[in-house]
Order: sequence, then structure tokens, then C-alpha cells
Amino acid sequence: MNTDPLTPVLTKRWLSPQSWRISTYEKLEGYTAFRKALAGTPEQLVQLIKDAGLRGRGGAGFPAGVKWSFMPQNEEKPHYLVINADEGEPGTCKDIPLMMADPHSLIEGCIIAAYAMRSHHCFIYVRGEALHCIRRLNAAVREAYDAGYLGRNIIGSGFDLDITVHAGAGAYICGEETALLDSLEGRRGQPRLKPPFPAAAGLYAAPTTVNNVETIASVPFIVNGGADWFRQMGTEKSPGPKIYSISGHVERPGQYEAPLGTTLRELLELCGGMKDGIPLKFWTPGGSSTPLFTAEHLDVPLDFEGAAEAGSMLGTTAVQVFNETVSVPWAVMKWTQFYEHESCGKCTPCREGTYWLAQVLERMVEGRGTEEDIDTLLDVCDNILGRSFCALGDGAVSPITSGIKYFRDEFLALCQDARERNATVPELVGAQQ
Amino acid sequence: MTIAPDKSATAETPVPEGHVRLTIDGEEVIAPKGELLIRTAERLGTVIPRFCDHPLLDPAGACRQCLVEVEMNGRPMPKPQASCTMTVADGMVVKTQLTSPVADKAQQGVMELLLINHPLDCPICDKGGECPLQNQAMAHGRADSRFRDRKRTFPKPLPISTQVLLDRERCVLCQRCTRFSDQIAGDPFIDLLERGAHQQIGTAETADVFDLASRTSSGKPFHSYFSGNTIQICPVGALTSAQYRFRSRPFDLVSSPNVCEHCASGCAGRTDYRRGRVMRRLAGDDPEVNEEWLCDKGRFAFRYAQAADRLRRPLVRDRETGRLEEAPWTEALRVAAEGLAKARDGKGAAVLTGGRLTVEDAYAYSKFARIALRTNDIDFRARAHSPEELDFLASRVVGTNPDNGVTYAELENAPLVLCVAFEPEEESPIVFLRLRKAARNKGTKVVHVGQWSTPAVRKTFGELLACVPGGEAAAIEGIAEHATDLDEQLQQDGAVVLVGERAAEVPGLFSALHRLSSRTGARLAWVPRRAGERGALHAGALPTLLPGGRAVTDADARAEVERTWGVEAGALPTEPGRDTAGIVAAAASGELDALLVGGVDPDDLPDPALARKALAAGCFVVSLELRPSAVTEYADVVLPIAPVDEKSGSYLNWEGRRREFSVTLEGTGALPDCRVLDTLGVEMDADLFTQTPEAAWDDLSRLPTRPQRNGAPDVPHAQPPAPGSGQAVLATWRQLLDDGSLQVEEPHLAGTARRVVARLSKATAEGLGDRVTVSTGRGSVTLPVEVADLPDGVVWLPGNSEGSKVRASLGAGHGAVVSIAAGGER
Ligand SMILES: Cc1cc2nc3c(=O)[nH]c(=O)nc-3n(C[C@H](O)[C@H](O)[C@H](O)COP(=O)(O)O)c2cc1C
Ligand code: SF4
Ligand code: SF4
Ligand code: FES
Repeated sequence: MNTDPLTPVLTKRWLSPQSWRISTYEKLEGYTAFRKALAGTPEQLVQLIKDAGLRGRGGAGFPAGVKWSFMPQNEEKPHYLVINADEGEPGTCKDIPLMMADPHSLIEGCIIAAYAMRSHHCFIYVRGEALHCIRRLNAAVREAYDAGYLGRNIIGSGFDLDITVHAGAGAYICGEETALLDSLEGRRGQPRLKPPFPAAAGLYAAPTTVNNVETIASVPFIVNGGADWFRQMGTEKSPGPKIYSISGHVERPGQYEAPLGTTLRELLELCGGMKDGIPLKFWTPGGSSTPLFTAEHLDVPLDFEGAAEAGSMLGTTAVQVFNETVSVPWAVMKWTQFYEHESCGKCTPCREGTYWLAQVLERMVEGRGTEEDIDTLLDVCDNILGRSFCALGDGAVSPITSGIKYFRDEFLALCQDARERNATVPELVGAQQ
Repeated sequence: MTIAPDKSATAETPVPEGHVRLTIDGEEVIAPKGELLIRTAERLGTVIPRFCDHPLLDPAGACRQCLVEVEMNGRPMPKPQASCTMTVADGMVVKTQLTSPVADKAQQGVMELLLINHPLDCPICDKGGECPLQNQAMAHGRADSRFRDRKRTFPKPLPISTQVLLDRERCVLCQRCTRFSDQIAGDPFIDLLERGAHQQIGTAETADVFDLASRTSSGKPFHSYFSGNTIQICPVGALTSAQYRFRSRPFDLVSSPNVCEHCASGCAGRTDYRRGRVMRRLAGDDPEVNEEWLCDKGRFAFRYAQAADRLRRPLVRDRETGRLEEAPWTEALRVAAEGLAKARDGKGAAVLTGGRLTVEDAYAYSKFARIALRTNDIDFRARAHSPEELDFLASRVVGTNPDNGVTYAELENAPLVLCVAFEPEEESPIVFLRLRKAARNKGTKVVHVGQWSTPAVRKTFGELLACVPGGEAAAIEGIAEHATDLDEQLQQDGAVVLVGERAAEVPGLFSALHRLSSRTGARLAWVPRRAGERGALHAGALPTLLPGGRAVTDADARAEVERTWGVEAGALPTEPGRDTAGIVAAAASGELDALLVGGVDPDDLPDPALARKALAAGCFVVSLELRPSAVTEYADVVLPIAPVDEKSGSYLNWEGRRREFSVTLEGTGALPDCRVLDTLGVEMDADLFTQTPEAAWDDLSRLPTRPQRNGAPDVPHAQPPAPGSGQAVLATWRQLLDDGSLQVEEPHLAGTARRVVARLSKATAEGLGDRVTVSTGRGSVTLPVEVADLPDGVVWLPGNSEGSKVRASLGAGHGAVVSIAAGGER
């Protein structure tokens, strides 16, 4: 790593007074990148993003430049750029702060990305509960229109772009890109069958690209700094800066920007270490859908490859930290209840599986589990993982399988307790009222 | 489901154009590009379990029951794939449950999950015994469940219409029903609500009644003429019909193929009966015709034949009491024969047959008229009709069949279909489904010449070419000049024009269509409403036509028929007979001595009052009927005949396709019309050779079609009527579900009929208030007003619905000028 991990990029304006105003933004280099971009060609921009190696920040890490290049070259149908600002993954808390503190970086990114993909209409689908954020984004979009950066013939370039901020429908599944498109069209949010992929038939069956907020907000910096500059941060395959949302039992939870590949040990230093010095027990590298890590994994580089090699996923870099006071089965139960509640219901494994898993875990935590239940849990997880329609089902089993993998004893202990307790209960059926 | 012949292949077999080679369970197979894996496997004989998959619905991939392992370019895909959504590719290696432990476990896992919330109430479930869930759980599931916790429960059943009941606990959420409603029928009938394990099927009313859902869904009921299909394709017992619920077990039923008697679509179906009683009807699978669908009338309207008042024994009117009394067949036939023979030798006897006969029965009437009654006074058109229509039928329709005429397949591939005086969803629902399919899947443009944007216009993604009733002919004549786009599209290869029965009420319309078709090359097809009309036309149950389209005025044709029938040369009457209106008028004025009537309701005739007068005028009336009717009231002899389930025969559907069926309920003793007429003929010394439907068909087949293609109609179009103040022009046609006599005894079905309203334009409705009274000198109809996009000065009424019997009450029809006035508050 050549750059000091503390040189902020994405968050550099966040602490400036009124950082969300266009005037602040423009004082701090804002709206300089899109001028360069509009002077170039769409192809050049796509190539630049490919060269920079920018990977999607929404969870899956798909190379953004490659995704952009899937958009058709012609304009037979309107092209749409859709920004995924649904931020639903438990523990994730980066997109909303970004849009609150620096909405114009997203808007400038949208202009550049839309131009690169020949799109003239961009939708920002914001998680519905984030009302304040929606207002701020709307205000920023108005400012950008007033400045002539949006609308017809942007700064005389001949390029037109409208941005619509859309309040989401309040379901985790609406963060899944195809469910998001259905929701944006006014339907129930449920994932769509692919193919066709959004680049072929997305919003209103027209070519569409869905990108995460942080992905797009990174774009103006790349245009200004260049691919090589971007690659100075992070690792070979996972270049660039990243906002880690750190929550849980740490001294100073919050958003910490650091190059990809930073370890939890380093992150803990940034956020003041474990709260009250109580030792770390387990943590998620990228939200609850990514398998748990333990204290063993303090030095795992948190980039796409590092997290995967260690048996988890980078996800949304939502680092949830739990100390020794927390029961793993209890935490796993809470997460499972979340997935049960959020399963969209379309496919059998996720819909029925999460319903079942939640009940078994609830029973265990209440002290009514059996050792057999642990095997059932694992086998049901096996029947969900890779069998569901979308990745929500896969994510739902992560806490359970990784929780049992690292902390089987805790689950066993619960069942042991149950057995001992049950031993004192009369055997005769109906003997109790 | 269609199982094509096994296409097992070896490495040497060349891969034909548009095909790929893949391996399934170690066996090489060649499959057409785009085929879904689940179907390719099926062709090899491997049935992959499935729930959401349905060959006629867009793939969903929702249930995950059909998972298989797939290897592409030598690399195994990391997850098992849904074989119902993945298409074949060259070099693909597929392992189903037969060879892949992973696929097998995945399938068992999904099955176990599907059952955790299932009530397992098979012993009281209608579907038990024919249930894909039950069957596949036996074949691909585990014997016991590891689920020890609480099942999700719902109040049940939830009526989503008077006919369809929903049990949400049994539902496996495969979305077949919702996809059917959305994709095939286009009705916003039911949809998915809520999410996760609470996800459920529901309607707009059940949406916000999570806790109240056990209540009947009152208020606005859903409207779909096709709702019964959802019951049939539901892979579990979640959707049941009020009609069949708890009536029978599948294994107690005997199934027999049938052909629907309700309209000219010609649907193949299946009738299930138990102990001599029909319990239900299901859609058959006929890709050429109805695919796997039926309309609700075809599915549910069969209990008319089980009505308590069914005629089982002949009746003869007692001279003294004037009452109909039961009589032995021999006596009844003798009285009938004597009366008819006397009339024949007097002022004459005429025949009215109605449009619901099989070809065989219609042929018997046709032959009976000619050789027993020696008359051409016969007409099957128990509805508005015209001499122009006769010319049209003789010159353009008779003799067309799927080999030389328009077919369903052609509709599906047509660039343009122009519907004229034809309301497909109401008059021929399967034609409607095909039009919708064509428009939805292939972009067929559907243009409707009518009066308002009916649901069918919207659901065929169609365009309305609105005109005043009676102005259709002028509108068609105006296409060349005023609708040049449309004119060009009509000249495209494969363009089709469909015309309905109402055209007979618009002078000049058939002529205009004939000219349009000749000029543009668009193919023209007639879609009558009733199942028997095409057959009766072919059988010669018309005053101008002998069997096979031969003109009665053509001496050679007559001679040919005489030879074939083995009657003396010159025995056949030479002059065209009277049409329905002519027969009725003649009988009313005492110019006829007898009427032989087969299944005609006077209220269907152009002038019901005159028809009643004719029946009462004192001529001798022989009625062949199923149930007491307005005709039997006046009849001197009533001869009971068999309903479709109790006889064999065939219909010609609108395509001219023969739809044959055999007896479902054997040995009921009920006789088909052709048999009754044959015996009656014997009493009158005329040999019909129609003892059985089979014999009748053989006899008819000896007269292959020989239509005369000249004599096309050439009637100038009339000026559309101009209503004065306080008047409007009447637009009217029948609803699919209405007061038709074959829909009796079926209240659940009746509950799904469309609301009976009068439709007017906003301007025309002004000042009328909530209700309008439509009247003529004969009488009036008062209905709630609904504003729609009709031309001003037009009022639309349903033809034969509760409170709107247009013919009977107004004595008027489509294109008549009527008075309109405020109908007062309810
Ligand atoms: C259940 C589920 C929820 C998701 N939620 C979000 C989300 O809230 N925000 C987001 O950006 N991506 C989310 N994703 C990922 C998106 O589907 C998609 O991959 C992403 O928006 C693409 O953007 P990127 O390429 O810029 O990362 C979710 C995926 C799944 C399966
Ligand atoms: S895995 Fe299935 S039920 Fe779960 S959210 Fe995705 S599609 Fe819906
Ligand atoms: S009601 Fe039947 S067809 Fe509809 S989703 Fe449920 S199981 Fe499937
Ligand atoms: S049958 Fe394939 S997913 Fe349902």
C-alpha cells in the first residue's frame, strides 16, 4: 500500500461545514470530473473504469466497467441507470451517510456513468425509511438542475440527463437489483428470472445498469485521478478505497474509509479498539449474509479475495463486531428472524426454509432444542444454499452454518441444558395440565 | 403435455440446423434450440418433478423443485439449476435425479420444505388421488418429515368468487394461477400478496384483510371467464370449485373425452362422471384448438342436463283436457307422423332447428324436411338473420375447413386480425384467448370494429374502430379511403377478418366484407356463436342449401342428392324454402299446417311475439326437446331427446373442423334427435338412414361438399340509422354468461357473470341519472348506467341477461332505434 490508509477519498468532504451543499462541493473539486468526462467519449469512460478495476460496492464485487460495457451501443430503446441506494444488508451503513454528507459526489458520478452508458434517465432508488436522506438527495438534485448540471444540454455538451429520486418500498429484497426494478416499476418487489439480464431488458424492459451508491460515487475520483492513481489504493484485484461500516462492541462505531485489503486489526485501531476492552468473539466482514469470522481472522485482508479465501465474503464491508458477552445462538436466531421476515416468498427453499430455521433456533434459545436439531439446521441450510432463486436465501444460511462451524459447543450446550431440564419432567403424556 | 418421439442420438448423428446436441444422464440427445431442459428430459422419458412449470406459461423458476446438475464446456455449474428455466445448449451435460445425488437431494430437500407448511389433509382434499404434490412427494420425497414446529395456518376456504374457493394452507405458491390470469386470460383475478411464509394468493379485497380473510369476499368480485382453468392447473388442492368441492374422489370417477356444446370454438374436454351423473368437466389437451384451456361456461355449465324437469318420456296433448300427457313412444310417434303427414299434404310443414344440433342431428332434420315433409322450409338460424347472410354462407363459408380456411394457428401467426361485429371474449372465448396470445407473443395487431372498448379490446392489446350500430358496413367500405394504414395491413400475407353472428343485423355488411376480402386478399372467416351452426350449414338445414353446400335450385345437385338418398328423380322440392322469419310469419298467418321444432327458444327469434303467435296459431307442433320450454307449451307432441353427454356425434367448429365425441353416459335410454327423426320418418314412409349418429354421418359423407362459390352477397350498405331526440341506436350482443338455457342450475357460475348494465357515452348519459330506461313500442328495459366510450346517441345492452332480455322485451336488435329516458332511482 503506497497511500497512507488515512488519506480519505470518498469521505474527504464529510466533515466540511454544510458538506452537502453544491457550493461546498464545488469549492472542494466538485463538478470538475464530469466536465472532463463529457469532453471524452462514452467508450473512453468505460475503458477508464475497466482500467481502474473498480468493483461493485453493493456486495457482489462485479467489475463496474465490464457491467457498463454490456449496455448496447445503439439507442433503439431508452437506456436507464439505476442507483441502488436501498442499503438493506444488516450492519451496512455507508450509502446513506454518503448521500447525507456528500450527495453531489453521487450525482456527479451519475452524470458520468449515464453519459458512458448513453442513458438519459437515472433513478436513485433510496431505502424508503431514510426520509431525511431522500429529502437531502432531492435538494441536491434541484441544486444540480439549477446549476445546469442536469436537464437538457448539460453545460452546453449536448448531453441530457434527468435524475429521479425514488423512495423504496421498504423490503430488504428490494435491494436485489431485479426486485428493485420491479419495485421501481410499481410492482411487488420480487427478483426476476435471468436472463434476460438488466443490460438487455431491465427497467421497463429497456437496457439498464444497476450500481451501488458507493460504486458510482467513486467514479468522479477516478476520472480526476486516473486509473493508476486509483490502483495505488487497495490490492491488485480489489483496488481503491472503501467505506467500512463498523458497528457493535467497539469504542467508536462509524464509517471508516480505508483501502481495500485493510484488516480488522487495523480497523479496530482506527475505531479505538474493543469497547471497554472486552475481547472480541465473532464478527461479520460484510454484513449478516457473509459467514462469521472469529478472533482467528483478525489479520484477514478485507478485500474480495482475502475474505473469500478465509471462507467468507467481503459483502458490503459491514463489520459487525461482537464481544464475549454475546451468545452466538442468540445472535444467529436474531439474524435468522430477519431473513424469515424479509424472504420475499417467491421460492420454496428460502420461504419455507427460513420459516423452519427460525422456529428451530427460537426453540433452541428457549432451551427446547435437541442435538438432532443441530443436524437438521445444517441439513436444511444445505437444502437452501444454492437452491434458492436469489442470493437472499444463500445469505440467510451464512450465520447459521458459520455459527455452528465455529461455535458448535454453544449450540450443544443449549441442547444439553434442555435435556437435563427435560429429564426432570414427568414422562407421562398429559400428566401436566 | 406433448411428448415428441424419443430423439436419442449418437455422436455420429448429424445435428440438424437449429438444433443442439447435449447429454442427459449419459444419453446423447438432439434438441431444438430454445427448448427447456425439463422438456428435453421428458422426451427421453425422464420426468423431473415440478410445480411452477407449465408448458403454456412463461417460465418462473419459483418452486425450485426441478433442480438438476449442469455442466457447461466441461465445467460443472456451482449450483444445481432449475431445468424449467434453462434452455438446452450444445455440449451441455445434464444430470437429473436419476444420476446425480446432488440433484436428488436438492429435489428431496425442496419437497420436504414444501410440505412443512402443508396441512396434509389429503383425505378431505378434492385433489387427493390426482395431486401432483401427492404424487411427486411419493416419488421424490422423504417418508417422514423432520419438521416438529408450528405450521402456518390460514382461515379457509376463502371464496375469491362464487365459483372458486381458495385454501391458502394447501397452496405451494407456484404462481401458476396468477401467471395464468395475468398471461393467458389477462384478467386481474388474483395475485400474490404479502411476503415470506405469509405470502399468499389473494384478491384486491383479501389484501388488507389478513385477519378477516375468512370472510366472504364481498363487494367487487373478480371477473374472469377463465377462472376454472386455475383450478385445473393448480398442482395442489388450493383452488377448488364450489361446484365440485367434496363431490367425489378422482378414483371413483370415470373419464370420457368430450367436445363442448356451448360455442363454436370447438373445445376438447374431458367429462368425469360417477354412477351415471356427470360430476365435472375439465379441459382436454388439443394444441390445435383450445390448447389446455376452457372457458368457465364450457367447464361448469353442464347441469342443465340433470335438471329435475328433464323430459324423459314422450308427451301427447290430450284432445279433451288440452294437457300434455305421457304417452308410449309408439303412440307419440304415430300421432306426430300423422299430424305432420297431414300438414305436408295440406298447406305444408316447416322445420326450425336452432343452432345447437350436432352435424348428424342437423342432417337428420335436413333430410327429414326434404323427403318426409317434401319442403325446403327449414332454417337453423334461431336468431336475427338475412337473405344476404344466406348468400354469404353459401358462397364463402360452407365447405371451408382447416385445410383451406382460417384456423387457430393462422390467427396466431396473422400480422393483423380485424374483428367485425364480433365480440370474441363473449362469443367465442377460445378464439379470444388465441387472439390475446397472438398479440402478446407475436405482436399481432387486433382491430375491433364495434361500439366501445370492451375488455377484449384491451386484453388483445387491440384498437377500436368505433361506429354506430348498423354503421359497420359503411365503416368497412370506408377503410380504403379513411384508414389507409389498416388497408395496407389487410393486404399483408396472413391477414384475417373475423365476422360474427351480429353481422346478419347490419344490411350490406357481409357484402362489404366480401368485397374487402376480395380486394385486399385478407382471409375471411365466420365465427358463429352457437356450436351447431357450422354443422347445420354443412348439413343443409337451410332453405336454399342441401347438404354439402349444394343449392336447392341446382338441378344437377338435386339429382345427385336424389340418387344418393335413393329417392325418385324429381322428388326433392325445387324452390328455395322460407327462412326462419318467413316460416314464423307463414305459421302466424295460417299459411302452414305444421311446425317441427328442435330446441328453439322463441325469445331468441327476431320477433318473439310473432313466434309465440305462430306457435299458438293452431298449426300442428312437434317439439323435440330436453326440458319443458315455450315451444312445448304449445306442442301437440313432445319427443324427448338426449343431451350431449348421452349421445355421440360431432360439431363443426368455426374453422369447419370436425369435433367428434362418443357417448359419455351409456344406457340412459335417451335418444339423439337423428334417431327420433329416423323412426318418425319410418312412420311416414321415408327412410332417413339416421338410426345412429354414426349412420347419419356415413350417409352425409356420401355427399362430399360441393359448394357454389358464385352468388356472393351484393347488398348496398344502408345509411346508419339516425336517432331523433330522446332516442338512441341500440347496440347489443350476448354475454358469455347470461340467462342462456344451457346455464341453468348453476348458481356458482352465474355469480361470475359480468354486471348487467347499460352503456352510453358521457354525453348521451347526461341527464339520465343512475339508471336508464330503454324502450320500444313493445316494452322496456331499465338498467344501471355505465359510461363508456361509445359514439354519442348509442346505447348498449346485454342481449339476454337478467333484466335485459332485449329481443323478448323490446322486439328489437342491434342497430334498431330505441327511446331512452331516465330510469329513476333504484
Ligand atoms: C437480498 C439482496 C439484497 C441486496 N441489497 C442491496 C442493497 O441494499 N444495496 C446494493 O447496492 N446492493 C444490494 N444487493 C446487490 C444488488 O443485487 C446488486 O448486485 C448491486 O446493486 C449491484 O451494484 P454494484 O455492481 O455497484 O455492486 C442486494 C442483493 C441481494 C441478493
Ligand atoms: S431466495 Fe427466493 S424467497 Fe428468498 S428472497 Fe430470493 S427469491 Fe425470494
Ligand atoms: S393456488 Fe395453486 S396454482 Fe395458485 S399458487 Fe397456490 S398452488 Fe399454485
Ligand atoms: S418447476 Fe422449475 S422451478 Fe418450479
